[in-house]
Amino acid sequence: MCLAIPGKIVEITAQLDDTFRSGKVSFGGINKQVNLRMVPEAGVGDYVMVHVGVAISVVDEDEAQKVFSYLKEMGEVDELNEELKSKN
Amino acid sequence: MKYLSEYRDPEMVEVFIREIHRITTKPWTLMEICGGQTHSLVKNGILDMLPKEINMVHGPGCPVCVTSISVIDEAIHLAKQPGTVLCSFGDMLRVPGSAKSLLEVKAEGADVRILYSPLEAVQLAKDNPDKQVVFFAVGFETTAPANALSVIQADHLRLNNYSILASHVLVPPAMEAILGDEENRIDAFLAAGHVCTIMGMEEYYPIVEKYQCPIVVTGFEPVDLLQGILMAVQQLEAGIYKLENQYSRSVQREGNKMAIETITEVFDVGDRAWRGLGNIPQSGYEVNERYRKYNARLKFNLDLPAAEENKDCISGDIMKGLKKPRQCPNFGTRCVPEHPLGAPMVSSEGACAAYFHYSNSSIQEPVSTL
Ligand code: SF4
Repeated sequence: MCLAIPGKIVEITAQLDDTFRSGKVSFGGINKQVNLRMVPEAGVGDYVMVHVGVAISVVDEDEAQKVFSYLKEMGEVDELNEELKSKN
Repeated sequence: MKYLSEYRDPEMVEVFIREIHRITTKPWTLMEICGGQTHSLVKNGILDMLPKEINMVHGPGCPVCVTSISVIDEAIHLAKQPGTVLCSFGDMLRVPGSAKSLLEVKAEGADVRILYSPLEAVQLAKDNPDKQVVFFAVGFETTAPANALSVIQADHLRLNNYSILASHVLVPPAMEAILGDEENRIDAFLAAGHVCTIMGMEEYYPIVEKYQCPIVVTGFEPVDLLQGILMAVQQLEAGIYKLENQYSRSVQREGNKMAIETITEVFDVGDRAWRGLGNIPQSGYEVNERYRKYNARLKFNLDLPAAEENKDCISGDIMKGLKKPRQCPNFGTRCVPEHPLGAPMVSSEGACAAYFHYSNSSIQEPVSTL
């Protein structure tokens, strides 16, 4: 139940005060109303993790790339690509 | 999301699996805390791919599994009151209380509704001023800001017909209870990514030091879980222990300041009884004095007798990592998802249900040392 799903903010719909800041977030094309109080820094175009109707964090795109650069550091990805190429 | 498919990429998964196999030389027991992680590990067949030395055990991070029978009885009691609407996350409906489940009282005519968010319950209260709307607020730290926010919103709207039945549980005290158990055999933890998204990482440093136990804050996708496992095994094989963050795209060391403020505005920390684990000091949230009129326990003078746990369910041993679901004599026989004896067979995040639905017989059970 702690699952949070990443979605993209497409519109800020209400900014009455901090509690009621909300927006439309797109989850693969399906839009949902989401409360944005916990992510004051987030704007249209940002990715947020949404849990039970509330955005709980902004996804850091640089950090999101880290896992893959880690793999690259291990040299494994190149090796794997080579392997895949040779398979094809 | 652009990166989501990458985190499920089978080729990436394979690279991590290979690296874990390469570095593992000794037997290690790792516990993932979160039920969402358990679900992902079992569903994606990751347990089958790990070296046989690595024993994954499944922790208490499933709110449905740890909500005590007494609290479910309270929810059922409230649901039966005329003019009351009891709202809950879906999974809670099928969990057996001491006599019935919420689903059964719903079938008997009680107004029980499944909602996606507590904020929908506030709207329901606003739209139905003649009804008392109660939200069954279970969950870990991840869910606490949303539940707290519902109280703040109800207060803004000056609603007199909204309250919550809070049964919030906290991860760090449960980890300490597990590590402090004399039978404990856990060598490292994968901490729950979204709990740390809210609360940050500070609470875990003392646990790492006190129990000399590596903890890796980990996400939920297959690649996340495998990297978390790899980071933990690297530490164990090197004989070191520290707190690391695999899930840095969502977790910052200090957590989410606004979310923590929202929680502390509405909740106080107090003792909490966990289904299967018993009472754990300072391990739950309850509505504080300031917002007491939104506390369903006080509003409806709840004072029910404490309920007995079902002795046939060994969920406590499973959540402490001492046993696996298949070691329960009732698994798949007297206890199946349609007729659950215990909560871990109900929720999709419960270890028993995950094994029942997804795992095949090739999953190795550890040789019991008990
Ligand atoms: S199989 Fe059923 S009875 Fe056994 S531990 Fe799991 S939930 Fe409890």
